Amino acid sequence: MVKIVDKPEGYEGQGFFATSFDKVIGLARANSLWPLPFATSCCGIEFMSTMASTYDLARFGSERPSFSPRQADMLIVAGTIAKKMAPVLKQVYEQMAEPRWVLCVGACACSGGIFDTYSVLQGIDRIIPVDVYVPGCPPRPEQILEGILQLQEFTKKESLRRRNEDKYKELLASYNILVD
Amino acid sequence: MNKLYTPADYVPIFIQLGLAIGFVLTTMIATHLLGPKRRGKVKDEAFECGIEAVGDARTPISIKYFLIAILFVLFDVEIIFMYPWAVNFLQLGWFGFFEMVTFMGLLLVGFYYIIKRDVLKWE
Repeated sequence: MVKIVDKPEGYEGQGFFATSFDKVIGLARANSLWPLPFATSCCGIEFMSTMASTYDLARFGSERPSFSPRQADMLIVAGTIAKKMAPVLKQVYEQMAEPRWVLCVGACACSGGIFDTYSVLQGIDRIIPVDVYVPGCPPRPEQILEGILQLQEFTKKESLRRRNEDKYKELLASYNILVD
Repeated sequence: MNKLYTPADYVPIFIQLGLAIGFVLTTMIATHLLGPKRRGKVKDEAFECGIEAVGDARTPISIKYFLIAILFVLFDVEIIFMYPWAVNFLQLGWFGFFEMVTFMGLLLVGFYYIIKRDVLKWE
């Protein structure tokens, strides 16, 4: 029994189905979020088991994890990010192609976790804009899957013009990410 | 076999070729002009896992790869020439046989040269 996604609202007739672009494109984007795993520590291991067979992430569309930002949709930051690693993470985020989303997995990526010290970046939202936070130390694979499903809901409802709006450009400028 | 084909009969092939190339060119130009563009200094740099890329990727590659490939092509073409000879072996008779022996002999002289020059030595 294969579970398929419900069709969006639209006008149906004999042999055709008419709907709006943002519903269809949102559906396509949401159900094919290809991850870029930026796995650093223990949360990375939890992510590995999320991708493995018991908690299979591929059944939600994240079929092809890529380690190159050019072909990835979603950046999954799992693990502690040190201050030394921060420019590397920012560079990887900047080299991703739009539309891109960021999923923050684990307490260390969300806020520094238990490492409130001079060398650990207290949350990656200090350097890149984040869409969904998954707390936990480490979060169980079910929780990571819940985070990804939330991101899918987010993606489905996102407007197609969002990336061209001024609000988004200001958001990126506030992180010192200069585009165009 | 009995019908004679005039050159005008081959025009549909060129039309097909033109349509294929035209489609490719049109879609490439249209996507370049109509697609979204987002450039940035950091974004356009070569991806080097988040760190700065040093130098370019032009390193000299050892010649043994090229030599092996080019010798393969030569001897493969020789094998291809042997196929029609094998099919018409009996009709070609003794004359055909000695022609093929001459052909192979010339190529074997080249092969002897290759072996003497140690071209196929991998290390």
